[in-house]
Amino acid sequence: MRSEELCIAALATAIIAFTSGTALAQKKYDTGATDTEIKIGNIMPYSGPASAYGVIGKTEQAYFNKINAEGGINGRKINFVSYDDGYSPPKAVEQARKLVESDEVLLVFNPLGTPSNSAIQKYLNAKKVPQLFVATGATKWNDPKNFPWTMGWQPSYQSEAHIYAKYLMKEKPDGKIAILFQNDDFGKDYLKGLKDALGAKASMIAAEESYEATEPSVDNHIVRLKASGADVFISITTPKFAAQAIKKLAEIDWKPLHIVSNVSISVGGVIKPAGFENAQGMLSAAYAKDGADPQWDNDPGMKKLYAFLEKYYPDANRLDASVVYGYGAAQTMVKVLEMCGDNLTRDNVMKQAASLKDFVPDTLLPGIKINTSATDFAPIKQLQMMRFKGEKWDLFGDIISGELSE
Amino acid sequence: MGAIYACMALAVVMIYQAIDHLNFAQGEMAMFSTFVSWQLMQWGVPYWGAFVVTLVFSFFGGIAIERLLFKPLAKAPILTNVAGFIALFAIINSVAGLIWDFTIKQYPTPFGSSPFLGSQLISTHQAGMIGVTVLLLVGLYFFFQFTRIGLAMRAAASVPESARLVGINTSWMIALGWGMAAAIGSIAGMLIAPVVFLEPNMMGGVLIYGFAAAVLGGLTSPLGAVIGGFLVGIFENLAGTYIPGVGNELKLPIALALIITVLVVKPAGLFGRPIVKRV
Amino acid sequence: MAAVEDIVTEAPAVEAVPKRAMTLGTGTSLVMLGLLLVVPLFVKNFIIFQMTMLLIYGVAVLALNILTGGSGQFSLGQSAFYAVGAYTSAILMEQFNVNYALTLPIAGVICFGFGFLFGQPALRLSGVYLALATFALATAMPQLLKLGYFEKWTGGVQGLVVTKPDAPFGLPISQDMWIYYFTLVITIAIYIFSVNLLRSRSGRAFMAIRDNEIAAAAMGVDVALYKTLAFGVSAGITGIAGGLGAITVQFVAPDSYTITLAISLFLGMVVGGVGWLPGSIVGSAFIIFVPNIAEGISKGLSGAVFGVLLFLVIFLVPHGARQVAIVGQQLIGRFRKN
Repeated sequence: MRSEELCIAALATAIIAFTSGTALAQKKYDTGATDTEIKIGNIMPYSGPASAYGVIGKTEQAYFNKINAEGGINGRKINFVSYDDGYSPPKAVEQARKLVESDEVLLVFNPLGTPSNSAIQKYLNAKKVPQLFVATGATKWNDPKNFPWTMGWQPSYQSEAHIYAKYLMKEKPDGKIAILFQNDDFGKDYLKGLKDALGAKASMIAAEESYEATEPSVDNHIVRLKASGADVFISITTPKFAAQAIKKLAEIDWKPLHIVSNVSISVGGVIKPAGFENAQGMLSAAYAKDGADPQWDNDPGMKKLYAFLEKYYPDANRLDASVVYGYGAAQTMVKVLEMCGDNLTRDNVMKQAASLKDFVPDTLLPGIKINTSATDFAPIKQLQMMRFKGEKWDLFGDIISGELSE
Repeated sequence: MGAIYACMALAVVMIYQAIDHLNFAQGEMAMFSTFVSWQLMQWGVPYWGAFVVTLVFSFFGGIAIERLLFKPLAKAPILTNVAGFIALFAIINSVAGLIWDFTIKQYPTPFGSSPFLGSQLISTHQAGMIGVTVLLLVGLYFFFQFTRIGLAMRAAASVPESARLVGINTSWMIALGWGMAAAIGSIAGMLIAPVVFLEPNMMGGVLIYGFAAAVLGGLTSPLGAVIGGFLVGIFENLAGTYIPGVGNELKLPIALALIITVLVVKPAGLFGRPIVKRV
Repeated sequence: MAAVEDIVTEAPAVEAVPKRAMTLGTGTSLVMLGLLLVVPLFVKNFIIFQMTMLLIYGVAVLALNILTGGSGQFSLGQSAFYAVGAYTSAILMEQFNVNYALTLPIAGVICFGFGFLFGQPALRLSGVYLALATFALATAMPQLLKLGYFEKWTGGVQGLVVTKPDAPFGLPISQDMWIYYFTLVITIAIYIFSVNLLRSRSGRAFMAIRDNEIAAAAMGVDVALYKTLAFGVSAGITGIAGGLGAITVQFVAPDSYTITLAISLFLGMVVGGVGWLPGSIVGSAFIIFVPNIAEGISKGLSGAVFGVLLFLVIFLVPHGARQVAIVGQQLIGRFRKN
């Protein structure tokens, strides 16, 4: 009796779903897109341990407001639905399902965090909903074969690590490397990148220390790393810990060749608090301009960013690297939607996202371009090395790609 | 590191003396105070000026929180109070994030940050922290042992009924306890900030260790808390350095396991007084 | 410090709950059950998913309620048991191809053992000390899960993706609906088990310990055995909830089971009413939906809004949903007399 009822109910919903599906397909729209509106979903940690990144979501919201105020994309307004997952994977799944099944968005754009994205990847791919430009640098997002609906945005942690490894093997082949890394996906991915690229020279690594993001300070680790006698220090750390490391190095009078990961290169958010005098000669690599760096004050792209912030997001802290990040990602999204024209199906969104050619958002370093193809789901692949001098980063060398094969 | 934990543990013990609970929002209160002093300095107030103003602010802020939020809960079950602490935690953290955002801020130290007496291990700031902690400890000891009000506070916390009988206003003693705990917390915050950098989540990690230290030393003993703080720092480092393989990855669990072991042997902590329950 | 040991008459941490008041009346239970059975037929899959999570967290809160409300022991470490259960299910399903339904009892048994063992040292601790010990367990768990040695099974920091089971016997219902009913059956079973447990000899022993440990010991209750037993049962049930959670969310990672989860479960218990089993579902609803409401009110201040809402709840009903239920019952009683 009961199971019969279930049958009927399920059948009825199936029929409704089927008919509504065909009705939409005739209009070249998928769920979430109409003549007047494009609905975009997003998941951000507005609360919880990673709430610092919530700024990215707010910047994106502001940027879409700007686009809407200027008439939208091909006459359609963007409806940006952004939810909080508190950096908790189960909550991310709940929010992703809410976006897809209840809000009926066209796509999920720039959800943040490797754990959260890993949790929703399978679901979104099964539902064939684009998971576009995820806000994490894990290498696994570039996997069009297994996950054709997922695409990254920023350079992967591993490719960045390859660049440092190549630099070290060339400039300091006899160096002894000490590594401090955060014990999570970010740190581990990075470490793997370093070891892969060092290859047979992995013996250069004299010491590695991991820390937990919940630790108050990394001072003790630095002291131990110094004791290893290394003369190269690679700091795979998030901003707070990177600043602590820079400061502690000076306090204990240890002067190795200091490489800091791209995550923590913000002049305003890391180096200034740690003290400019302590950061001289430090190395890193970048793909985007820095809002706190005076060398970009007259850059036309950054000027556009500042004008936008003034009008649409006045209480933003322009020293915050997340602002620059959110702006660049949102610009890429808008570009893809523009390319879609009137064919706003999920299929076409992915197709267009995978055919970006030499696209340059305002905030990328000169010479760095976004390119994708059906087999290449890694939009930004290039970085440039830089050295900290005075109160800003000096770029040097060529724009390099982090692919191992080269 | 030990000094940081000791400082925080002292504040934890302080409030435990006053209200008989562990306050989960303690770290956030300290963080907020530290932000206030930072803001004052941004406005041009000199360090010690900001320091004093913040102390006063925290003291009255602590009292206000007690009067407004926790006095109405005095009759509610203890677990409800704990839920209240968690709510307070969420509010302060979120408000601080909104006002001052989540980028890290540099926080000055009055002691300088060069290596201390040529030592490679601790800086002058850390030495200064240890000094301040010891000063605070001595001050608190005299306060609780020899002043009328200190004795009254202890009485109010441990045997409220009898304390009321001898004419102590227990309700205000609790408020006073909150005020003092907030003030000590703010000192801890201002000392910790130069090391870990100022941001809304800065106390998260510290508080766990502060609790652990306070419990290890015995929640009833300020001296115990300070010693507990240093011990936790030492445990943590030894585990990281000398246990091969997993030591580094698991130093927090190992440190905590050690503390639990100590507690199992000495349930009231190293320096706490055992509590005998009456049937 | 004083040489004399302090003698304190402490109020028990949890006030006594009359046995009858721990459950709902038959009528109310049937209405609840009816709603839980029928509602999913008419709502979207997403709502079904949320309802499944509601049941799962409800079970986890219930487990904590048995421990705290039943035996008076306080735990902030439930997330650790939840994690062990979730990982047990996930690893068995993904690495050893065990049927998902079979993984649950295994998860339950493993967590029972784990909880029972943890209960041993916890025996000597009470009040804040026990809170700290369990808190320590919850903090340590994500780090243990990340540990390199176990990476082969746990997937390390990357976590594990779990395959969602299809409805069996070719039943024409969606996976979500199947998992919902599957969870519902288990939830009801656990609920009935818990109610009966608390009414049994063991349950009375738990409550005697909660109300007055020394008196209980004097009456011949084996305090050590029952306290550890309470820990074991609570952990076992939490483990089953964790396993269900892993199947429903389809993903386990160390970051899913941080101290935040333990705190949420604790809040759920307080809001639902300590010691009142049906309140668990109310508490679970609170921890799932209130953050969403808070976020809807203000993104930047979602934490603050959540805190304020929580304060409102505990100001209005310091004893949680149980208080509402009692007031309601009294009203109905008066209504009937008239």
